[in-house]
Amino acid sequence: MAKGRVEVLEEYCKSCGLCVAACPMKVLRISEKINSKGYRPVEQYKEGCIACKMCAMTCPDAAIEVYKIEDNQ
Amino acid sequence: MKETKIYERPKSWKKGVHTHYCPGCGHGITHRILCEVIDELGIQEKTIGIAPVGCAAMMYDYIDVDFCEAAHGRAPALATGLKRTRPDQVVFTYQGDGDLASIGTAEIVHVANRGEKITTIFINNAIYGMTGGQMAPTTLVGQRATTCPEGRDPNLAGYPMRMCELLATLKTPAYIARVSVAQPKYIIEAKKAIKKAFEYQISGKGYSFVEVLSNCPTNWGMQPVKAFEWTVSAMMPYYPLGVFKDFDKEAE
Ligand SMILES: Cc1ncc(C[n+]2csc(CCOP(=O)(O)OP(=O)(O)O)c2C)c(N)n1
Ligand code: SF4
Ligand code: SF4
Ligand code: SF4
Ligand SMILES: [Mg+2]
Repeated sequence: MAKGRVEVLEEYCKSCGLCVAACPMKVLRISEKINSKGYRPVEQYKEGCIACKMCAMTCPDAAIEVYKIEDNQ
Repeated sequence: MKETKIYERPKSWKKGVHTHYCPGCGHGITHRILCEVIDELGIQEKTIGIAPVGCAAMMYDYIDVDFCEAAHGRAPALATGLKRTRPDQVVFTYQGDGDLASIGTAEIVHVANRGEKITTIFINNAIYGMTGGQMAPTTLVGQRATTCPEGRDPNLAGYPMRMCELLATLKTPAYIARVSVAQPKYIIEAKKAIKKAFEYQISGKGYSFVEVLSNCPTNWGMQPVKAFEWTVSAMMPYYPLGVFKDFDKEAE
């Protein structure tokens, strides 16, 4: 399976939780941090992202960037 | 180890934008896929959007194409004038259910019947979002709203209007489809339908209309995830997803 990771553009996140529910690998959660609008941005809190983009596709605020990681042995 | 960015903010999503939409609102998702389609078709420099009256009234601040702002329900009339004077431009209206299916009912029926070469994105969230949650023509039977606190009563308000089915009785429109942005699998299909609608306009096939089953977490009084579950469990049975009219299929 593909390997990946996400970068959350924290200032744009509104803690709606749609990406957390959409992630098939359950690697996202609402963090304890707080952004300048008063929302708690999402974070990827563990390994296991498969770069499927479901989270980014669901985000109403375009707050997620997705990276694919290729291991070149 | 090599890293490749496979998703980033769309090019036509304005830089540095914080939308005013409530957390988890389907307007944002629909804007985002609209931007992705505009980018993929390479039409950013020749697209004109018509913003509605409703929560999306300020969408011109978010999507980086030319925009006009219509009076309530009048986006189709403005789009007609723009497209007829500038046929080289890609023109779309973006309208809520209050805008399109109540005050703008006459406009939408006739723009479709004239077959104007424009595209309409119709956001059905079964409520007037912007004004605080009044009943819309699309509010479901039994659904509570500020103007029907006991739930919509069909004896007083009639049954919710199915705009795709209604417009599909007309001979002229080229493409009529209903999609949803409730969950990723629906969002993928929604994007395909919006892309097709723009392609039909660009190739001159005629009028294209895409209804998007969305949500309004704030006025429905639900968390965003729960609200989209309600879109699936309550709205979809009454508003089936699908293609109701397709020029290409009819030509076969
Ligand atoms: C001529 C006129 N009548 C009424 C209003 C008040 N008004 C503003 S938005 C709206 C309805 C919005 O509902 P909808 O089109 O469903 O958009 P949403 O906010 O749900 O996306 C109304 C009735 C107005 N602005 N102009
Ligand atoms: S890309 Fe897929 S697996 Fe990775 S965080 Fe997003 S939804 Fe989860
Ligand atoms: S979907 Fe977007 S705005 Fe909502 S919690 Fe996830 S990153 Fe934040
Ligand atoms: S009021 Fe409803 S439709 Fe308007 S931005 Fe908030 S959630 Fe979205
Ligand atoms: Mg509405």
